[in-house]
Amino acid sequence: MTDTSAFSAAADARERRTRTAREARLAAAASDAGLLDVAYAVLDSPAGPLLAAATPAGVVRIAFACEGHDAELERLAGEVSPRVLRAPARLDDVARQLDEYFEGRRHGFDLPMDLALVHGAFRCRVVQHLTRIPYGATESYGTIAGLLDRPGAARAVGTACARNPLPIVAACHRVVRGDGSVGQYAGGSDVKRMLLAMESGA
Amino acid sequence: MTAIPFSEVVERHGPMVWRVCSAVTGPVDADDAWSETFLAALRAYPRLPGDADVRAWLATIAHRKAVDVVRARGRRATPVAQVPDVVDEAPDHAPLWRALGRLSPRQRQAVVLHHLAGFSHAEAAAVLGISHDAARRASADGIAALRNDMTRDET
Repeated sequence: MTDTSAFSAAADARERRTRTAREARLAAAASDAGLLDVAYAVLDSPAGPLLAAATPAGVVRIAFACEGHDAELERLAGEVSPRVLRAPARLDDVARQLDEYFEGRRHGFDLPMDLALVHGAFRCRVVQHLTRIPYGATESYGTIAGLLDRPGAARAVGTACARNPLPIVAACHRVVRGDGSVGQYAGGSDVKRMLLAMESGA
Repeated sequence: MTAIPFSEVVERHGPMVWRVCSAVTGPVDADDAWSETFLAALRAYPRLPGDADVRAWLATIAHRKAVDVVRARGRRATPVAQVPDVVDEAPDHAPLWRALGRLSPRQRQAVVLHHLAGFSHAEAAAVLGISHDAARRASADGIAALRNDMTRDET
């Protein structure tokens, strides 16, 4: 690395810090003025970088990197509100609880949820049911359909799980196929297997 | 209704807004004007038509907010008072800040909009609320004055 590029790298780093400080100040002012409709942060996790987004009502979206974080922010802008800002401070609770979960120290989440991205009453019931499947347990799509008084709606349960905007927090990874195979997952079936293995080892 | 997240607008236009603000307020008060600009923009953003020119819209708000900040402080714009860290550690830029501070406010704004923010003279004129000719003249006079000033500084 030449002296010139070292200097410009240092200048870039300074410029980034300055920008981050400006953005943090804007996010705080927007929050105080009631204008921060969607706050987001990108969190490190063993399942890769996670996009976490929250409205004043609660956490509204958790997305894996393979789902495309930019596309997810555009979806939030279109379906919830375009007043979206990066505001990691507003996601502190979510970040802490996810860290504890991945370290094996947390078996359930205590977070208000905003189901703005869940369309239809049945899908809302499925997502709410997902939060009640115990840590380390699994249920099949068909079982859940029965529990929700819709026997025969296993496919609809599958769709609701596939579209679950709050993976991990609403544990769709604990829902498996009737034959016991793992089935698909928004974060990839490898991640689903990793989460199930982590939970069964506890 | 737009589907571009506001965070993307800040990312894309943040540096331009800072240049416009700092040209009016000087670097010390530019952060205040920058925040005020994006806060006002955030408030109005959901009602912005999808085909709006976001860059010109933001430059207009930035110009107005920067003037407000200067007025609220009850003093003339003083870009010479102090330079921020980023500029501080690039010593080559300090004489330029001082020279910019010695321009008339209109010349300074016209120069920054055209040469730093990349606006056409017509776009700069719309932001400043002056005629196309006046914007072109203010920019040319400003550059001439800067060149004069900087050359004198070196000798």
